[in-house]
Amino acid sequence: MWIYQKKLEFPINITTPDLNVAKALMAQYGGPDSELSAGMRYLTQRFSMPDDRLRATLNDIGTEEIAHWEMIGTMIHQTVCGASLAEIEAAGLAGYYTMHGRAVYPADPNGVPFTASYIQATGDPFADIFEDLAAEQKARATYEHIMDQTENEQYLAPLRFLREREIVHFQRFSECMNILKELYPDGMRRPGAMMRFPGAAPVDIDR
Amino acid sequence: MTENELLNRISEVQFVCVELNLYLDTHPADEDARADMLAYSGLLTELIADYESQYGPLLGFGHSPTDKGCWVNSVWPWEKA
Repeated sequence: MWIYQKKLEFPINITTPDLNVAKALMAQYGGPDSELSAGMRYLTQRFSMPDDRLRATLNDIGTEEIAHWEMIGTMIHQTVCGASLAEIEAAGLAGYYTMHGRAVYPADPNGVPFTASYIQATGDPFADIFEDLAAEQKARATYEHIMDQTENEQYLAPLRFLREREIVHFQRFSECMNILKELYPDGMRRPGAMMRFPGAAPVDIDR
Repeated sequence: MTENELLNRISEVQFVCVELNLYLDTHPADEDARADMLAYSGLLTELIADYESQYGPLLGFGHSPTDKGCWVNSVWPWEKA
C-alpha cells in the first residue's frame, strides 16, 4: 500500500503564472513521456521482474514518479486556477477549457488524452528495462523543451529538480541493465531465455 | 524555525533518503550507504516528529500520532501558500 505525505517532494509556489508554460507542462502530466506514464510503467513492470534489486528499483522509482506527477499537477493548477478566459484563449487552451474548465486533466499540450498504450509490460526484463532507460531520456528531453520556453524561476527551479531526477533514474536503470546482463549472459540471444526465472521451466536457448 | 523552514528542512533530509534508497536498491550491500541511510532516516524521523508536534499530521492513515492541527483542514500541497 501507499501512505500519503501531505507535502510536495520539492516546493512550488507560482505567484507569476504563465499559461503557455502550463500548456507545455501538460506533456509531463498526460503525455506519452509524462510522469504519469513513468509511474504506471514502473509500478506495472515490477510484478514480472526476476531479481530483488530490479523489483526494488521499479517499485521505488515508480513511487517517486507519482510524487513528480503531483508536482506537475500543482504547477498546472496554480497557473490555471486564477486565469481569465481571455488569458486561457490567448494560450490556445480554449478547447481544453471547453472540456475541463480550470481542472487538471491528463492530456498532452495538443489535447490528446492519456492512454495505457503509452506504456508496455512485456514480461521480458531486458525489453522492459530498455524501455525504462529510453523513457528517462525522453522525459529529460521533454523537460529541456519546456525549460526552453520560460525564464520564470518559479517554474525553472522545480523543472531543474525534475530534470535531474530523470538523469539519476537513468543511472539506476543502467545499473539494473548491468545486473540483468550478469544474471542472464545469454538473455540477449533469444527472448525465450528470460523464461529461466526462479520457479519457471528452463528453456533451451539453442533450440 | 518557522513552519515553512521546518518543512524545507524535512524536504532536504528526505531527499537525501530518497537518493540513498534508490542507490541501495541496486547496491544493497554498500555498508557506507547503509550507515548513511540509518543516520539520515533517524534525523528525518526526528524532524517529522518535531513538525507534527507543532503543526499537525504529515502522514495519513494513522502514521502521524499527534493531536495538533487537522489532517482535513491544513493546506493541501497544491494550494497556493
